[in-house]
Amino acid sequence: MTSMTMAAAIGAGLRRAMKDDPRVLLMGEDIGRLGGVFRVTDGLLDEFGAARVIDTPLAESGIVGTAVGLAYRGFRPVVEIQFDGFVYPAFDQIVCQVAKLHYRTAGRVRMPVTIRIPWAGGVGAAEHHSESPEAYFVHTSGLRVVAVSDPQDAYMMLRQAIASDDPVVFFEPKRLYHRKGDVDLDADLADAAPMGLARVVREGTDVTLLTYGAQVLTAMDVAVAAEDDGVSMEVIDLRSLSPIDYRTIAGSVRKTGRVVVTHEAPREGGLAAEVIAGVTERCFDYLEAAPARVTGHDIPYPPAKLEKHHLPDLDRILDAVDRVLDRPNSLTGVER
Amino acid sequence: MTYTWTGTADTATDIDDVARLLTARGERIPHPDLDPWVRDVDADMLRMLYRDMTIVRRIDTEGVALQRQGQLGLWAPCQGQEGVQVGTARALRQDDFVFPSYREAGVLYVRGARPGDFTLTWRGEEHSSFDPYELNVATPQIIIGAQTLHAVGYAMGIQRDGDDQVAAAYFGDGATSQGDVNEAMVFASSFQAPVVFVCSNNQWAISEPVTVQGKFPIAGRAPGFGIPSLRIDGNDVLGSLAAMRWALDHARSGKGPAFIEAVTYRMGPHTTSDDPTRYRDKDEVERWRARDPLTRLEAHLRSIDAFDEDFARDVSEAADRFAADMRAACLASPSREPIGVLDHVYAEPHAGLDEQRAQFAAYLDGFGDDQEAKP
Ligand SMILES: Cc1ncc(C[n+]2csc(CCOP(=O)(O)OP(=O)(O)O)c2C)c(N)n1
Repeated sequence: MTSMTMAAAIGAGLRRAMKDDPRVLLMGEDIGRLGGVFRVTDGLLDEFGAARVIDTPLAESGIVGTAVGLAYRGFRPVVEIQFDGFVYPAFDQIVCQVAKLHYRTAGRVRMPVTIRIPWAGGVGAAEHHSESPEAYFVHTSGLRVVAVSDPQDAYMMLRQAIASDDPVVFFEPKRLYHRKGDVDLDADLADAAPMGLARVVREGTDVTLLTYGAQVLTAMDVAVAAEDDGVSMEVIDLRSLSPIDYRTIAGSVRKTGRVVVTHEAPREGGLAAEVIAGVTERCFDYLEAAPARVTGHDIPYPPAKLEKHHLPDLDRILDAVDRVLDRPNSLTGVER
Repeated sequence: MTYTWTGTADTATDIDDVARLLTARGERIPHPDLDPWVRDVDADMLRMLYRDMTIVRRIDTEGVALQRQGQLGLWAPCQGQEGVQVGTARALRQDDFVFPSYREAGVLYVRGARPGDFTLTWRGEEHSSFDPYELNVATPQIIIGAQTLHAVGYAMGIQRDGDDQVAAAYFGDGATSQGDVNEAMVFASSFQAPVVFVCSNNQWAISEPVTVQGKFPIAGRAPGFGIPSLRIDGNDVLGSLAAMRWALDHARSGKGPAFIEAVTYRMGPHTTSDDPTRYRDKDEVERWRARDPLTRLEAHLRSIDAFDEDFARDVSEAADRFAADMRAACLASPSREPIGVLDHVYAEPHAGLDEQRAQFAAYLDGFGDDQEAKP
């Protein structure tokens, strides 16, 4: 076990994947000599050379589009989109090409492309640097979408994503890049939890709190605070946003009967809506209260000084916990 | 240093400012850049090109007919563009890899596509009927220009494998306005990728004339990316062959990308849903009819005594046979089982889709053996 930041763990995952498979190569802006703006690819250019660590022109559609061609040729490109808000110019290549080519060719062409996206807010960044575009990709059939929240998990899931014959959109919460955790660099891929599974990060009996990415840490704070109030929270990190692991989720909801979902992406058409629909279809008879969601507001991402009012925090989530427990809360008496 | 483009505003439409080897009347004329690439081309080779073009034209008429008869949902005609398609495709090596658009029936034919490959996609039976790795042709692209980046990426892969193959991207004049095509040229140039861009400038992007995409010749853009280009007569199959041989040799020998603008004309509608009489006049079509790639080569073959009625009959019969096979493949194609819509979305199991598949299968099972009733 080595203690390292999540950024370093992801870098280690890249290094390991490149060592394991000579067809793996990296592409992105500033990923070479600079080591990426978050230093995730630090040292990889020296180790693997410019043919495998490719500093690309500043063209996101170009990066993903050429990765498609490399995948056609049997390479396994790992693409870095410098920041979440810059994935939009590549949207067409991701949703029309990367996601669909396996289907369009009846399985003859594989697209083992991993698209890494430093993601979401809470770091006081400039405009377009704090976006949560995950729902667009979850809504796109043919993609797998994952979000990591801890160094060891990030290390293993990235290797799984690269090894997968399907394209994977890989979300890395910027807010957690510098958080440290223990990583077993020798861990065997075969022993890792499958990429599609959710993870129960804290067991509890009264309320199931579902989230992913950096919100997992907020959710853990909520669980600690709720405990003081005599509420036992089960916290689940979805990890995989497509597919969503309803088996694990439903097992928890059947136990607790109460559900809160939180994410920092806006609410309308967001993941919380999907998760609650899925839970309702499967566990309606077990539900003691209407599920609640606590999300970012339906607004463009606000300026940095205001982002704390946008990101669902401890108190907003506890308020929703009160709602599903039928305790007095901010919506008591409000007609909805 | 300031570079100033000194072209005049109508050069984009100057269809005679091109390199060619066969005039519209079929005369073989010299061209210093193109001649060296076709020294080996004899009468037999020219007859093969004629045969290819005739079959491609027949494929096109059959496609239109099948669409009109309700057998195909749509067809994108390529009549008039046989010269550039056949000429450039015949220059490729079988292990080169082609990234075509939806209009490249002639390229598919030369690459060895089977009769059904021309109809099953337009019929809506499958997104792409052939295995890209059998023909070394990517599944035809409908998103305008997207395939140019795929070609460049593939070419970057060729470089990494140390091979001497070339990737070729085919696209239209409208596509040159797309960001992707411009990004493709940036990537190709920066990495000196072995890729050849073939732009078929057929004068129109649905109803928009080429002048809406740019006022100056498309071939003039590539040098700005550091990519050498040629502007050729796309209705001259021999010139197209020569230009493509030059471009392929350039890319294959490690000199980086090359660009060809083939000036040609789409004689028919954009697709069978289009009505070109709304935006272009008859005179224009007639002017282009006089530049037809087939009659031009026929005239040349006659002038060198390489065209007789036996040959004409033989070629025409081959074309009819191919068309008949196309029709038969189209009419015989069985629609897939309903559950098939869920096939091949992922290469590995995906829990969400697996659940939907099980639910849809259970629903379908409710019909029992009553195949007729199945949706
Ligand atoms: C990205 C995109 N935008 C619009 C369309 C609709 N569309 C299909 S073909 C076409 C015109 C393309 O013209 P050009 O590139 O010159 O090729 P041509 O069809 O003439 O061969 C358009 C606008 C599309 N397929 N893709």
